[in-house]
Amino acid sequence: MTLALDGVTLWRGGRRLLGPLDLTVPGGAVVTVMGPSGAGKSTLLAFVAGDLDPAFRAKGRVLLEGRDLAGLPPERRRLGLLFQDPLLFPHLSVGENLAFGIPRVVPRRERRARVAAALTEAGMDGFGGRDPATLSGGQAARVALMRVLLAEPRALLLDEPFSSLDATLRARLRAFVFDHIARRGLPTLLVTHDPEDARGEVVRVET
Amino acid sequence: MVPRVPFPARRITLAVVLVPVLAGVLGTLLPSIGLMPGPAQVPATAAWTGLAAAPGLGASVALSLRIGLVSTGLSLSLALLIVAGAHDTALMRWSRRALAPLLAVPHVSVALGLAFLLAPSGWIVRLLSPWATGWTLPPDVATAPDPWGLAAVVALVLKETPYLLLMLLAALPQVDADRAVRAARGLGHGPLSAWGRAVLPRVWPLIRLPVYAVLAYGLSVVDVALVLAPATPPPLAVAVVRWLSDPDVSSRAQGAAGAVLQTGLVIAAIGAWRLGEAAVARLARPWVSRGPSATGPWEGRLGIWSAQTAALPVVLLTAGAVLAMALWSVADAWFWPAPWPSALTLETWARHLSGVAWPLGTTVSVGLVATVLAVGLAAALLEAECRATGRGGLSDGVIYLPLLVPQVGFLYGVTVLATLVGLDGTWAAVTASHLLFVLPYVYLTLAGPWRRLDPRWGRVAAGLGAAPGRVFWCVTLPLLLRPLLFAAAVGFAVSVGQYLPTLFLGAGLHPTLTTEAVALATGGDRRIIGVHVFLQAILPLLGFALAVGVPGWLYRDRRGMRAAEAGG
Repeated sequence: MTLALDGVTLWRGGRRLLGPLDLTVPGGAVVTVMGPSGAGKSTLLAFVAGDLDPAFRAKGRVLLEGRDLAGLPPERRRLGLLFQDPLLFPHLSVGENLAFGIPRVVPRRERRARVAAALTEAGMDGFGGRDPATLSGGQAARVALMRVLLAEPRALLLDEPFSSLDATLRARLRAFVFDHIARRGLPTLLVTHDPEDARGEVVRVET
Repeated sequence: MVPRVPFPARRITLAVVLVPVLAGVLGTLLPSIGLMPGPAQVPATAAWTGLAAAPGLGASVALSLRIGLVSTGLSLSLALLIVAGAHDTALMRWSRRALAPLLAVPHVSVALGLAFLLAPSGWIVRLLSPWATGWTLPPDVATAPDPWGLAAVVALVLKETPYLLLMLLAALPQVDADRAVRAARGLGHGPLSAWGRAVLPRVWPLIRLPVYAVLAYGLSVVDVALVLAPATPPPLAVAVVRWLSDPDVSSRAQGAAGAVLQTGLVIAAIGAWRLGEAAVARLARPWVSRGPSATGPWEGRLGIWSAQTAALPVVLLTAGAVLAMALWSVADAWFWPAPWPSALTLETWARHLSGVAWPLGTTVSVGLVATVLAVGLAAALLEAECRATGRGGLSDGVIYLPLLVPQVGFLYGVTVLATLVGLDGTWAAVTASHLLFVLPYVYLTLAGPWRRLDPRWGRVAAGLGAAPGRVFWCVTLPLLLRPLLFAAAVGFAVSVGQYLPTLFLGAGLHPTLTTEAVALATGGDRRIIGVHVFLQAILPLLGFALAVGVPGWLYRDRRGMRAAEAGG
């Protein structure tokens, strides 16, 4: 699996915000787009994910396994999104959050097994019925990653995913996330302003 | 591209809101120049010469202007004092909680309760007599109604202050009021002065339309005026309704001309108010940027003190009005000057329950259906707006239209229209006319929380493979359940309180608690009025209780879903 950007350029109004950007992320690898806040990093991820705000204009192609994603709605691109906040749905339990992205065709028994396995993998056995608001920051971030992985994405988009955590937690979570990415061979595009979070090939963008 | 909402919400809303208002204005205008529906005709100018010759017209117009302008000015001042003075205090949290029940009580209930509270033989005088006043007989003065329309002003202020407070509270997060006030206080301003300088100029444009709606309502109110305003001459809107209900065709034409005049009056008053705003803004300019004066600690207390002075009478009088009538409904004998009934009995209830069942049923069925339709339309409109980010949704001005054009100014035309298509006097016509007024309130209550919802929820869900429909039903709606139900409760309360639409479109065939209560007001049997007022107040209160209780119960194990604030 490979995620590639081909001449991606972003404008806001008449002003060019970012690009043209060319990059290729092979399966299991991470490419980091690094730049100060306001450089259009999050907008770039929104464009790749297919929900660019109409205030922006974009040119260029996003290719997943060689196929152009243009015209595909966000829910059919199968790109896992991870934000700075875990954004666990507050009205659902931890287990229901995990099950949210499991494809409908998977039978109920199998869904339950996958949720349980994901909880084990996150070191959170028996947390399925818990209220997400009662989780610690690290636990919530791990659930957020497992939720994305259970949706069987073909690539990951990470938007400053570690910025809200304190230093020790951050190192542990970073290891947890990159370990999973490598194990599943997912191409990952990471945007951050923090050199400490950067991984793999680093592409710098300026304001 | 973003998929459209599979439902033409905009077009339906335009049809529901714009068509009746415009057609109604036209249907009022044409009769006023002699084009009556039906065979009977009147000369083209007869309506206006009749209106000009109507005895007491000038006094009617003056009374309408007085009631409308004074009640709007007072309500706005009180609401601003409460928000500014109680900013970030316990009183504010308390006011937020008091808001829902205050909004729930219909105008007519408040008016009927006040009629007893303020009367010369009313509860307030009874509680003070004869030990404090020395009166052994009720004093011989007219207080409710009084010749100046002050009692009507009080009733309107009791209802419009909470409404403006709700609108202010919804507008504050949009201008980041908390931090602005903190910054201004850090520069040495007292609380009132900080709020007035840092927040008021920015929040004003956001509450402009609600203020105009309050002004338009006060200038053309009928139900409250029938209970509390002088009857000869009555406020213009009451006179117009009287003429429009006359079987004589030339009277109806004159009424149509009066309705047009009423609309003109509202437009002129809003225009004048707008000019006044501009003048005040210009005059206050130097004041806004003036530095803090050296003040003692008393200025901090002044803020909270003025907020309390503004809030307490509103709460006490509204609660007193409803309690007094509830007490009357179970009173045995209650002669002057006894402060309490001699005994309590359920006899009034037993005697009138069967008579009240039919209007009660109509009130509930019309209210529920209008509310469900309004919430559905408002949700579809807001969802369509969110999906089409960047392009403007339906402008708030259009939705506000039914609240800005006076009811008497276009409901007659709507009735004419309904008659032409054979819908007049049907339950459906009454419900549709309620929807016209329920929808704006529901939409405006819901718009703030909806637009504030973090767009990343939708993006996360889409990233997990959820199509827009699933995002809407499984993420957006549950996250917004609290404001949705609150908006529904507001809408239901609005429907329960509607008087003129029920009267006109129902052709007297679909009485509700409100029309019955107004009809009973002239009879003056306080026990039966008490039954109506109690039911009228308890229905919306129940709605608000459900709106708070249901999400609380559903999400009892979800800490992240607790209410952050009332109505939001």
